[in-house]
Amino acid sequence: MNKSLVELNNCGVFRNEKWLVRGVSLKVSQGEIVTLIGPNGSGKSTTAKMSLDILKPDEGTNTIKKDIRISYVPQKISIDWSLPLRSIDFVNLVTKHKTSEINDALGITGIQHLINEDVRNLSGGEFQRLLMARAIAKEPHFLVLDEPVQGVDYSGEIALYKTIQEIVKKINCGILLISHNLHVVMSQTDYVICLNGHVCCSGIPSSVIKDQEYIKLFGSNIDPTLSLYKHNHDHHHLPDGSIDKVDKNK
Amino acid sequence: MFDDFIIRAFAAGIGLALITGPLGCFIIWRRLSYFGDTIAHSALLGVVIAYAMNFNLIIAVFAVSCFVALSLLFLQKRTNLPDDALLGLLAHSVLAIGLVLLGILSFIRVDLMGLLFGDILSVNITDVLFVWVGGSIVLIVLILIWRPLFAATVNLELAKAEGLNADLANAIFTILIASVIAISIKIVGILLITGLLIIPAAASRNLSSTPIQMAIISSVIGLVSVVLGLQTSMIWNSPTGPTILAIALGVFILTLIPLKKLLISKKKIELLN
Repeated sequence: MNKSLVELNNCGVFRNEKWLVRGVSLKVSQGEIVTLIGPNGSGKSTTAKMSLDILKPDEGTNTIKKDIRISYVPQKISIDWSLPLRSIDFVNLVTKHKTSEINDALGITGIQHLINEDVRNLSGGEFQRLLMARAIAKEPHFLVLDEPVQGVDYSGEIALYKTIQEIVKKINCGILLISHNLHVVMSQTDYVICLNGHVCCSGIPSSVIKDQEYIKLFGSNIDPTLSLYKHNHDHHHLPDGSIDKVDKNK
Repeated sequence: MFDDFIIRAFAAGIGLALITGPLGCFIIWRRLSYFGDTIAHSALLGVVIAYAMNFNLIIAVFAVSCFVALSLLFLQKRTNLPDDALLGLLAHSVLAIGLVLLGILSFIRVDLMGLLFGDILSVNITDVLFVWVGGSIVLIVLILIWRPLFAATVNLELAKAEGLNADLANAIFTILIASVIAISIKIVGILLITGLLIIPAAASRNLSSTPIQMAIISSVIGLVSVVLGLQTSMIWNSPTGPTILAIALGVFILTLIPLKKLLISKKKIELLN
């Protein structure tokens, strides 16, 4: 049975007399996290957009499985000042959900208390969590996350990545992730594609970090196997910042 | 009952205000106020064609408006010019063509003032029917395309990525604006229609916290402006279209008063005492 949700086959995008990205092939299947890494301007977002069919490839083919639910967390999104929009309206933007579903989704990303807040009053990190909540609420088959944790505080970043993993397990969706956090990429994803205008190297994380192309781009001193500094939290925060007194970890 | 020109005026004005409310909100959200102006300017060409060929005014204006709107979509794809430059190009060139034709076809007598500022007191029963039937169609279509149109307004790529037909919704929305401008020519005129689209919506923005609220309140403010404007213009014998807009502006100024803040601070003072 072919479980692949999205397939790019030797795709490229040609704009203003140059190739933004060329010769990209990738496949995202159910229950799998595929990550794109690469320097700025290497074509990560362009590749993501081809996988969503927002951009039609100028060469190669993009195939998206029919009748699947897709969620997209774009890299940049700005809400016009003239739009009165609460968090709940934003979650309902593309698909209408039950209030309980919205509460759940906002709860997962830790901003349940902001459900009736005007979107423009949210901080950058809170807005990022809202984008994520909206994407989760749809229970997508295919989820594209373009730098989903930018502007999120450090502990929140780890928590959100954990959430992403949990979502994959829970709803068994396929994820295409663009991330700069190499530690997370290498420790938590199934397949890594390293882009720089073309595919430099790709494979499972443990093989990619040994690839010469990868070392050229990111240097050899980043050893993802070095565990990141673990801040041993002995308590748990509630979404509003106060300390949760009934902490099971204690 | 529709024999009375005042009743016809009220019927036409109220019908128009109900449609311009939600459409005006989208025009503000999408920063399209200049687009409304462009379509309205090009309406003159439609008027000249209607008079020259002895054709229904509203349909002729609608056809020209659609043509201009489609030309804009075409130019956006073909050139690298920013939207406001393209709109300026279209607005004034089509206006110029209309004026040239008007000069050549010297047998046409167009009431320019009526065209620019409208004359709601002269609408006939056909015009009223056009407003209500056309307006109902516009409203129903707008409700049908609300979700994709609104999602595309918030973020085009997100709407497209998640399977909404954003391009189609945008194109339909353009046609809706063209229809409303065609319908409104006789009522408020080409110079003032953008005002009727924008001022009630702008006032409504100050009062609402959700998009649907803003669309509904905008219609209500438009309706109040039309009713008060018509009455005021009869008392003072002032031109009706401009009076309606002046009233709308008055409502806008009223909405600037921060009622909520005043109420809250009063409560605070009471609490302190």
